Amino acid sequence: MHASANMTERAALSKAPRAFLHRLRSGDEIAHIITLMFAALVVGITALLVYQLWIQSVLSRQKFGWIFFVTHVWDPLAGQFGALPFLYGTLVTSAIALILAVPLGLGTAIFLSEFSTPRASDIFAFLVDLLAAVPSVIFGLLGIFVMVPWLRTTVEPALQSTLGFLPLFQGPMYGVGFLAAGLILAVMVVPFIVSVSREVLIAVPREQREAALALGATRWEAIWKAVVPFAKTGIIGSVFLALARALGETMAVTMVIGNDPRISASLFAPGYSIAAVIANEFTEATGNLYLSALVELGLVLFMLTFVLNGLARLLVLTTRQRGAGHQ
Amino acid sequence: MSLRECRRKFVNAFMFALTAFSALATVSVLFVILGYLVYHGGKNINWSFLTKLPTPVGEPGGGMANAIVGSAKLLFLALLVGVPVGVSTGIYLAEFGGKTMGFFIRYTTDLLNGVPSIVIGIFAYTVIVLPMRHFSTLAGSFALGVMMIPITVRSTEQFLRAVPNPLREGAMALGASKWRTILTVVVPAAGSGIISGVMLALARVAGETAPLLFTAFSNRYWSSGWNDPVASLPVMIYTYAIGPYADWHEQAWAAGLVLLALVFVVNVGTRLVLARKVSVSR
Repeated sequence: MHASANMTERAALSKAPRAFLHRLRSGDEIAHIITLMFAALVVGITALLVYQLWIQSVLSRQKFGWIFFVTHVWDPLAGQFGALPFLYGTLVTSAIALILAVPLGLGTAIFLSEFSTPRASDIFAFLVDLLAAVPSVIFGLLGIFVMVPWLRTTVEPALQSTLGFLPLFQGPMYGVGFLAAGLILAVMVVPFIVSVSREVLIAVPREQREAALALGATRWEAIWKAVVPFAKTGIIGSVFLALARALGETMAVTMVIGNDPRISASLFAPGYSIAAVIANEFTEATGNLYLSALVELGLVLFMLTFVLNGLARLLVLTTRQRGAGHQ
Repeated sequence: MSLRECRRKFVNAFMFALTAFSALATVSVLFVILGYLVYHGGKNINWSFLTKLPTPVGEPGGGMANAIVGSAKLLFLALLVGVPVGVSTGIYLAEFGGKTMGFFIRYTTDLLNGVPSIVIGIFAYTVIVLPMRHFSTLAGSFALGVMMIPITVRSTEQFLRAVPNPLREGAMALGASKWRTILTVVVPAAGSGIISGVMLALARVAGETAPLLFTAFSNRYWSSGWNDPVASLPVMIYTYAIGPYADWHEQAWAAGLVLLALVFVVNVGTRLVLARKVSVSR
């Protein structure tokens, strides 16, 4: 403080205000450059991440090429690495998650933005945020000890006796498997769908609702025919965001999917996912090719989430701007 | 009332009930989780769990003191990695960044935020564990620190932008330079918000397991310094939950309760602070 007072005094007395201005400027320039360096560091870290994934997977990429994605033999001892069972597991579990989470999340978001009082809506949104903050290993813990036994003894027998004619619900019931992983993922991504969808629904201009109501629509008709279509792109964005989360989710899936690199039509069967195989085998990977194949799986995961996140952001942004443009 | 109108009214009421049911179902999951953890965790939590080392496999008793301290060490070092970078970048974006540069950096930050945590683990493995040839606290903290960066950047920028412009103009009118204005007026004004953002980022990475599996690894004793593998609560929960012993399962529940309590206290606390701040400034 003293130093600065001194500086200002001296500057006031100075005969060369231009030099003082210059010093001031250079102080600003230094601050600018320092913060810019940190910002550049963030870019650098991200670039290094991509570079490392690319470089460390070179062995596997050169040896297998695109075959990596279409072969299903994963035999570290024989040096055979095919990613198909993991891709399959990741896609199937994410699909189950979305099928369950989208209606639930959208319903919740509609209730919070359209039907409930603002105060109740805020409290619910806070609770949903808390649900999003629950660490994935805790979901896994409940998955192993609560959900899997429940699936094995109650849900899967019920599904088999009612929908057992579908190949999806045939075969032995272990509890762990695609269904368990999909269900736990659904619970984990619902908060993301709710919080983003609620936001874009709230951003829909009031006139949209009022115009529909004035034409004699019921509240639900106003919501479904005027509000939701207006927010459609944003809602789709939230689903992409949720999908990106589901694809990359590791711990909870690893704990309940069964960790068996097989491709089965039955949802009751144990499977494997990209993230789970990395988590399980990375520390045990002996040999450079094995490690490189696992890093390539990481690269695939990175690419998938990169594309999905980019699309999601674009969609959410478009809706927000549309909403803002109308106000 | 015509039949058609009846049907419309019915659909309206039915959908209202359905969305209300979804909202209740979503929120009830939170209470189911809390209930199970409090019940099973509370049964198994005791003084020796918090203060003792794990016993050799098969021997009952023991605790997770090393994992609790390990988590604290990992988070402390992650804070040193994540906060300077995150807050400075946030300041750059809010106060200096031009249109193109700002967009580019914001985009990269979002990209980093979307990277799955297991991939961050691979990254930390390749840049720290491979050259050092062993697992270490340092590698685990680096992974967690990198995960903290994008969250901190976004919250810092957001809270700095919320500082009203007249404050900046007032300081500059008094002759303060831009950097002095930022340092002594803008950042302090946004201070509690920035700290809350950092706390939320910390709570988020405190529960991360995947990036620690092959960076910090784990062990069953005290590890000194920053150069050795270290146990952490999330990794212990994972190991104990998938292990075959009943007393491990009990301890996993207890550890889960400790972790969840930590995460929730930070989340609820910071949100309350923020909510009060917002209502005061209104």
